[in-house]
This record gives sequence, C-alpha cells and structure tokens, in this order.
Amino acid sequence: MKIEDKKRVLREMVLHRRFEERCYQAYIERKIGGFLHLYPGQEACCNGVMEAARPGHDYVITGYRDHVHAIKCGADPKEVMAELYGKETGSSKGRGGSMHIFDTDKRFMGGYALVGGPFPLAAGIAKAIQLKGGDEIAICFLGDAANNQGVFHETLNMAALWKLPVLFVCENNLYGIGTSIERSTAVVHQHKRVAAYNIPADECDGQDIEVVYEHARKAVDHVRSGNGPFFLELMTYRYRGHSMSDSRGYRSREEEELWKQRDPIFILRDRLIKEGALTMAEFEALEKETDAYIENEVIKFSEESPEPRVEDLEKYVFADRETQLPWLTGKAA
Amino acid sequence: MANIMYWEAIQRAHDEEMARDPLVICMGEDIGVAGGTYKATKGLYEKYGPLRVMDTPISEGGFTGLGIGASFLGVRPIIEIMSVNFAWLAMDQMFNSAAKVRYMSGGQLTAPCVFRSAGGAAHQLGAQHSARMEKVFMGIAGLRVVTPSNPKQAYGLLKSAIRCDDPVFINEHELMYNMKGEVPDGEYFHPLEGSDIARAGTDVTLFGYNISVHWCLKAAEILDKQYGISAEVVDLYSLSPLDRAGIKQSVSKTHRAVIAEEDEAPVGVGSEVIAIINEECFFELDAAPVRVHSALVPQPYNHTLEKAAIPDHEDVVKAVLKIFGKA
Repeated sequence: MKIEDKKRVLREMVLHRRFEERCYQAYIERKIGGFLHLYPGQEACCNGVMEAARPGHDYVITGYRDHVHAIKCGADPKEVMAELYGKETGSSKGRGGSMHIFDTDKRFMGGYALVGGPFPLAAGIAKAIQLKGGDEIAICFLGDAANNQGVFHETLNMAALWKLPVLFVCENNLYGIGTSIERSTAVVHQHKRVAAYNIPADECDGQDIEVVYEHARKAVDHVRSGNGPFFLELMTYRYRGHSMSDSRGYRSREEEELWKQRDPIFILRDRLIKEGALTMAEFEALEKETDAYIENEVIKFSEESPEPRVEDLEKYVFADRETQLPWLTGKAA
Repeated sequence: MANIMYWEAIQRAHDEEMARDPLVICMGEDIGVAGGTYKATKGLYEKYGPLRVMDTPISEGGFTGLGIGASFLGVRPIIEIMSVNFAWLAMDQMFNSAAKVRYMSGGQLTAPCVFRSAGGAAHQLGAQHSARMEKVFMGIAGLRVVTPSNPKQAYGLLKSAIRCDDPVFINEHELMYNMKGEVPDGEYFHPLEGSDIARAGTDVTLFGYNISVHWCLKAAEILDKQYGISAEVVDLYSLSPLDRAGIKQSVSKTHRAVIAEEDEAPVGVGSEVIAIINEECFFELDAAPVRVHSALVPQPYNHTLEKAAIPDHEDVVKAVLKIFGKA
C-alpha cells in the first residue's frame, strides 16, 4: 500500500475503533437499545478488503456486526449512530437498529441478523450483476460460525456452478457467540471447507492490513475478472464479547491480551512511525480529533435528531400503495 | 376468451412477462430442461436460455435466498418451490429477508419477487408431501399471499405479482394444474387484493379459496336444488391481506357464514375470517359461523383415512344444513 493510503486508512480505522467504543458508552447510558455487536479488533479485515475493492461501486452485505462495514462503504457515521439511537435520521430511519444498517446509495446492502442469512443474498446480488453485465462484484463479510449453516454450502454450490461474481470474506474471530471454533466446528481453518466446491480460497493474517490488502487484491481480481467466486479467510479476534450481554466467561484474559498485542491499528501505526511517515504525537492528536468529531458531530446529530412519528408505524411494510394500485386493484393502464 | 388449463395460464403469464422485461427470470427445481413438474414453465428454457430459466439444485433455502438477493437489484425472479412442503426450508429467507427488508432498511430496499408453489393435498402423497400451509404464510408482515382458484386467476394473479414491488407468495394446487377455464385473450391483471363473488346468493355466504371454492360452488348447487337455500360463494383469492370489506358486505347481506378451508383449523383462514366477521358485522349474524376444515393430523397415506382427513362439498352442505337446523 502507498504511504498516503496507509495514513488515510489509519485515520479511518481510528474512527471505526472510536466510533464503536463510543457506541459501548452510549449503550451503558441506555441511549442505544437492543443488541449491540461491536467490531474492535477486526478493523483490518473490512478495511483491507475494501481497500482492494471499490467502496460505493461493489455491493457489500454482512451480518449484524455491521456498523464499520457500512461506514467503510461510505455511509455517514452520523446516520449510522442516529440509527443506533433509533432516530428518524438514522440510515434505516430508526426502523432497523444496530443489526440492520443499510445504505443502498453506497451499495451497502445491509446487515442481517440470522447467522448465514446473507450468503444466498450475496450470491443473488452477484446473479443480478451477471444478468445486467456490470463490472461490480458482490462481497459477503461473515464470521466463521456462519459456515456451519446449511445455506453456506447451498450457496457455495450455486456460486461455483453458475460462476457468480461473489467474494466470500470469512472473518474468523474464533468464536461463534460464546462457543469457541474448536468446540463447534470440525475444521478450524475455514478455507479448507470450500475445496469441495472447487472454489479457490486463501487464508491470511487478519490483523495486518497490508497482508489483508495483498491477499484481498488477488481475491478481488479473480472475481472481477469473471472467474467466479473466491473465498478469503482472515484470522482475527473480537476484543469485546459477542454482544453487550456477554461477559466472556468462555475465554481467558491472557488469550485476549495476546491478541491485543497484535492490534490492527497499532500494527499500522507503528509501521508508519518506523517508515517516518507518522509521529506518536500525530497519532495521539488524530485520536483526539476523532473523538472530538464523534462527540461534536456524530453524537450531537444523533441526540438532536427527531424520533420517528408513531403515525408512520406501518410505513415501509409494503411499497407505497399509490405506486402499486394497478396491481392491487387490477386496474392496469 | 381462450379455454386453457391452469398450468397453461401460468406458463403464459411467465412467457409474456419474460418477453417484455429481460430482468424477469424464473428459477426452481426441474423447471428448465425438464419443463417443470407441472409444466408451468414449459418451453421457456428453449426460448430464454439457462441464464433466465434456472434449473436449481435441490436447495430451497439457498435458491430462494439467491432469488431474493437478485431482486434487491431490480431483477424480478419467479421462484418455484416444487411442493409447498419444501417451503419450510425456504421460510427463513422468505420471511426474514424478503418480507422484512423493506421495513428494516427504512424503505431503501425492496424484494419484488414471486414465490410460486404447489400447495394442497393430492392423492396418497403422505405426511411430508401433502401439507396445506397457506395459514403459515398469512400472518407475515410484508408478504402478500394469493391463491388462484381457476386459470383466469392463475394467469392474472401471476401477472400482477410479477409487476408488484412487494414480495408475493402464490399458493397453487397440485390437483388443479389440469383444470380448464376461460382466460381473456388480451393481457389481464387480476387484483392482488380483494375477493371475487363466484356465485351470488342471499341466504348464506360460503367462503372458499383455491380448491375449496369448488367445494363451495358444488355445495351451493346442491343447496339450491335440493333444499331451496340460496348460497353466495365468495372466493378469497387474497389470503393476505384478507378482504375485510368484501367479507363484511356479503355477511351483512346473507347473515350466515361457512368458511371452507383445505388447511387444518387452528390459527387458519377460518378463524381469521370469523374474527373479521366479529369485528366488522357481528350484529348482522343470525347464526354462529361454522368452519369446514381438514383434521389436525399429519396427512395419512391410506386412501380411506386420507379421504376422511380432508373435507369436500358434502361437508360444506352439512355445515349449512346445521346452521339452518336441518341436520
């Protein structure tokens, strides 16, 4: 990666980290309800892959740990936070919540809360791309535990059979909710599981963004060149629990500390310092600047935004009735 | 007017819509090279090719989700689930993805797909190939459910379902694909909402849908000829939403109601129609409404037991006679 790109991505990753930590705080303050799944520790995965892809051009879909993927695709952090606050200005107008961030203008096709659910949806998006003849690809980010769902295999089979332009990114964070991969999955290295479908696959360190980027570039090129699907496994770690109610009793603090020594932000920061492109003072200033932006703009916007109107409770269940009348009443022009 | 079969009507709707719009595609098991289990997609593979007429693996959850994903980008997939019994495997995607995506994205995404499936019990297919499941689909916010009782509806409902931006589930019937009926020669769009009066009457309303409309029509004939009772038959081709106004209008006229459903009774079409009658026109009733329905058993294989499990026109006649104190 070029120096200027690495500096830009560092800035983005700091935003992603601080955004998520601020969500944690807002949740404790009961500003955010429901379930909240946070991304710290895994930032190099989404950022590395999307640096190799084209955010806003390629279609991205993921599970419920979705805030950072949306922001990376171009969603406004203010709108993502407002969604968590349940506000009308939220990216899904307060109807979705943390697990259902959408920004279709940026081709972020949503966060879905059934584990594995996005697999066939991603293949379907790829099918639509294939029919329309565009050069976009579909990118499906999911965790390792999703691969134990039946639709994982059903989707791999169809994606390979029809040579669909879809990149499956497996963020292997070693835990499915509160069960370790060794205790839930017969094969720890997920890329081995796709060999049965003749889908090319690769695995790499998910903590070092430059490693992710190099592997993702090959994966993206493969898919964009019309060679069909690709499966990329990134070995990573989720610092926080599965969601907010998770006290992490299923793993040791020592294990967590070991992973934190390979923090994706610190790896990139230290490399830039070593390369003479950044000073520690600059990094600390960046963190402060990011916190100020989150506080003064993101949180302020979310706090001050209006609630949805109760009169609009049933809006968005179906398409706008006026536009559908010919088919609802049979009185087609 | 052409006198064509139910399957031909469905095939014609596919063909017209696929000829009009290159983003209309169809997918399902055996629908292409094999021509479709019930011939509903006959000849389409030869005409439109494998990219648009997709023979899928036997992966209902997978290919249903794939069709839904394609619909996010404006593709209009007609997804055939060979037997409604297999829809259990696809319901996560139908309910959690297609039906909810519009709401949970604040109106940004919509899933304009059509799910078609052969419902109903045929002959001796046993417990896992004979389930009637229309009631399972009825209570899902964001999903429309229609069920054609004749070739005209089969054609016109599919045409409208393809054009509509909402996901639509079409419950067909395994025993009705060879039924003949009049279908307009020109393009025709059947309304996705409302109900049809299949036969006008004054003394009792018989509510039916799909195959049970035919039980009701036959019963009405017998009631008229043998008992001098004038029965109105209301065809509830739209199961979700149900036609509240139509139900109210007919019961307010006849003051009596029988609901005939091929599904089992609990949490079904009959209970829902009776709840609507209670809410809309309770004081118009001269007698308590009666449900005619299947027994709550996994469908038996044995011919005699199977016949005993599923109602027919005679059960509808009996229910009406009971209301009139003649049984």
